[in-house]
Amino acid sequence: MTVYASARQALLASVFVGACVVGAAAQQSDTTTATPPAASVTPSPAAPAPAATPPAATPAPAPQAAAPAPAAPALPPGSPLIGRPADSVAAAKLAPVAPPPIPTAADKLPTAKLKVPAGFNIEVYAAGMANARSMREGDKGTVFVGTRLIDKVYAVSNQDGKRQVKVLASGLYRPNGLAFKDGTLFIAELSKISKIDKVEDNLDNPPKPTTIYDKLPKDEAHGWKFIGIGPDNKLYVPVGQPGNNVLHDDAHGQIRRMNLDGSGAEVYVKGMRNTVGFDWNPETKQMYFTDNGRDWMSEAVPEDELNRVSKAGEDFGAPYCLQGNILDPEFGWGKSCADYTAPVGLLGAHTAALGMRFYTGKMFPAAYKNAIFIARHGSWNKSQKLGGDVVVAKLNKDGTVKSVEPFLTGFLEDNKYVGRPVDVLQMKDGSMLVSDDWNGAIYRITYGKQKVAGKK
Amino acid sequence: MRRFAVIVALLLSSSPLAAAESIAERAAPCLACHGEKGTSEIENTPSLGAQQPAYTLIQLYMFRENLRIFAPMNEMAKDLTDDDLRIFSDYIATLPKPVARDAGDPARMQAAKALTSQFRCDSCHNADFSGRDNIPRIANQREDYLVKTMREYKDNSRHGYDATMADVMQGISDAQIVELAYFLARVK
Repeated sequence: MTVYASARQALLASVFVGACVVGAAAQQSDTTTATPPAASVTPSPAAPAPAATPPAATPAPAPQAAAPAPAAPALPPGSPLIGRPADSVAAAKLAPVAPPPIPTAADKLPTAKLKVPAGFNIEVYAAGMANARSMREGDKGTVFVGTRLIDKVYAVSNQDGKRQVKVLASGLYRPNGLAFKDGTLFIAELSKISKIDKVEDNLDNPPKPTTIYDKLPKDEAHGWKFIGIGPDNKLYVPVGQPGNNVLHDDAHGQIRRMNLDGSGAEVYVKGMRNTVGFDWNPETKQMYFTDNGRDWMSEAVPEDELNRVSKAGEDFGAPYCLQGNILDPEFGWGKSCADYTAPVGLLGAHTAALGMRFYTGKMFPAAYKNAIFIARHGSWNKSQKLGGDVVVAKLNKDGTVKSVEPFLTGFLEDNKYVGRPVDVLQMKDGSMLVSDDWNGAIYRITYGKQKVAGKK
Repeated sequence: MRRFAVIVALLLSSSPLAAAESIAERAAPCLACHGEKGTSEIENTPSLGAQQPAYTLIQLYMFRENLRIFAPMNEMAKDLTDDDLRIFSDYIATLPKPVARDAGDPARMQAAKALTSQFRCDSCHNADFSGRDNIPRIANQREDYLVKTMREYKDNSRHGYDATMADVMQGISDAQIVELAYFLARVK
């Protein structure tokens, strides 16, 4: 595989974009798609504004045909603001939402506001970890926690019945992604993968991580990574699309896989925009991944995707085909969605569907067996926020999506976040952890009567 | 030299022993460089007046954690508690807004204003560039500091808290950075 450091500039320069083109062509929709993806997730009961819920995905609803901004000159190619209306008071209120840097104290967490289905319980598992993001459980029960906005990986261990939070590694650059196998913790920074062997034996004095792979671009946009180890014992490493809506070169918009020593890297998935979560179906061993749809096309589309990989080298359409049935207003000309693999499920517009895991535990009721739990971080580029919850996707026998239902809600209050879920992690005992990078905390969800310390 | 002596004296006076000091007293060493009335007189040193407290909190946190590297600020912030960071951020927000040095050349101002629309600076930083929440006030910031900051975001030598500014700056040329800074430093 050829991996360029970055051919982005040349690539961007070849892309001509006009704001007017975007506005006028936003309706372009591909009617040739054979299989419409599953319907959009039902709105979370906690979402304050049902009116803003996107309608069912197919066919693509018509966004308001806003008059193209008359005076605004074209944005530079690749700008993350392409498509953003220059003359809209509503859109001008939208900006990326940054979490407070200081973690919330355990007794100030919004736990009492969080809702789970009847029979389930939620409690605080650990707090005080600024920007807590991706999670992995070690063989000995340590929970490792990555971060994106700071430089740390945490280790949450159980000692004498008490949970202890330690900084396992610091001075890392956006160490969002973690994987664990046979005693070794793998850490994905923005542009390199490293590992710590026998990590749980050395929690008090951990060695510095050693690099195993660094042939990765350094783009900030979608540069942070989720990683995982598949049933084939390979390490899977995504490289996001380096901007909101830009073409991919040979090094971007893909998921790679490699041996656990970093050798033998190859492209496994193409046409991926920005996945921050994936897992493997325990029955079919197929990889499923979430993918975040582009910004600034409209309030209602495109939706974030749940994808299923059937074979190596499969192309999922970004940036040409969105949510399996909409040709991109800029890049879709001359393309057909039929040429790309459509998502098996849609997860709502701009909801930022991130971490996901298949549930294989025994604690939850049988209806959840092999269902996918998906953390939706929540939208920012949408007037009425959507997401900020954990949903559960139940599958049909053939691996397609039967339903997507709310599971954990309550992080959205008056169109503001009181927390934002990033990742889910099934523990060996069948309980489920949910990380919240807004508050720097992890919650634990159990089913049935539990001895739950500290629960209200 | 006298300024240096003043700073040293102020630094000494802000030792942990003097815990009962008012926030105004504790902030005096900050303002010795950043300007007592919200407007900085020192090259490449930002004016802090009326800065958005959520933004200042993030920057102070990043200085303390060595996520944003500038040795004097890393040193100043290293022993601050979480509460200190909040108190300083809130206090800084109460300082008067920075003031523009001059009105600027009308033709150049008009051309640069068009650039701020083109790049949608006003979308996040507000139409009057006063900022909001985690998005900083950039109106009447020092011109040299604006140029420096935009260049550092563009080449990623200043790591943002998130990727937004690094991403936004990619398509903006150095000549345009100079014009944007000229305008923002003087905008009414």
